[in-house]
Amino acid sequence: MDIFEIAKQVEGSVICQGNNSEISVNRAFASDLMSDVLTLSTDSLLLITGLANMQTIRTAEMADIKNILFVRNKKPTTEMLAIARQEGINIITCSKSMFAACSILHGAGIKPVY
Amino acid sequence: MELEYSIEGGDFSKAGLASSEVKKILKQVNIKPEIIKRIAVAMYEAEVNVVAHAYQGKMLVNIDPSKVYIRFEDEGPGIENIDQAMQEGFSTASEAVRQMGFGAGMGLPNMKKNVDEFFVGSVVGKGTTVELTTYIK
Ligand SMILES: Nc1ncnc2c1ncn2[C@@H]1O[C@H](COP(=O)(O)OP(=O)(O)O)[C@@H](O)[C@H]1O
Ligand SMILES: [Mg+2]
Repeated sequence: MDIFEIAKQVEGSVICQGNNSEISVNRAFASDLMSDVLTLSTDSLLLITGLANMQTIRTAEMADIKNILFVRNKKPTTEMLAIARQEGINIITCSKSMFAACSILHGAGIKPVY
Repeated sequence: MELEYSIEGGDFSKAGLASSEVKKILKQVNIKPEIIKRIAVAMYEAEVNVVAHAYQGKMLVNIDPSKVYIRFEDEGPGIENIDQAMQEGFSTASEAVRQMGFGAGMGLPNMKKNVDEFFVGSVVGKGTTVELTTYIK
């Protein structure tokens, strides 16, 4: 599923499109804990999180995650967006809770990592 | 190639900056993306540990045709019981560290998983050294 369809499903919007980034994902992982995100080895992953700080972007950068969905209306700062764009990371924001966003996207066919 | 970066303890706004720069360099030297990702994850967790648990430190990187060797040396409280620190879930991290998405006690074991050779040594009251070695050939 591509990021624009994901945004539509969760009634959110794509607020950042990274330079030459992949915009399609099959699987998602939801966590506010970056250490757990860093234990994954899956590719083409959507990170669903309510943690909006620089470490979220750095974690995605280190773990080759190209797509992030921020839930609970969390908004990245301009500094975070600048790094995301440079690293080819796409960002979607929405006002749904983590549980609501996960259940919608799972229902729409996105699979869990485990 | 040898590189050196300094890391400021407690400054979460800059945590990951050194790892980000090293990852960019690794991409230029023709190492497989899967291996780069493993090195990146390990060094980032190690860098975050210096920020989260120590006062200041440095990251030394040595890249040669056969391996990538990264050493973190910090001045800090040190680790009293390394076996305990290596266990998944053991953490002394502060609430501030948890709010940054870390402090789950997964860092050290995850570093070990992602590199070929892992070493951690510490002197209580002085500081901690972490060594990460990855063979690329
Ligand atoms: N550089 C360091 N200086 C002092 N203590 C450290 C350092 N790195 C790790 N530790 C200790 O080891 C514990 C476990 O580290 P880690 O597995 O990375 O988990 P976390 O950082 O989430 O607490 C830390 O909570 C801390 O007590
Ligand atoms: Mg840690």
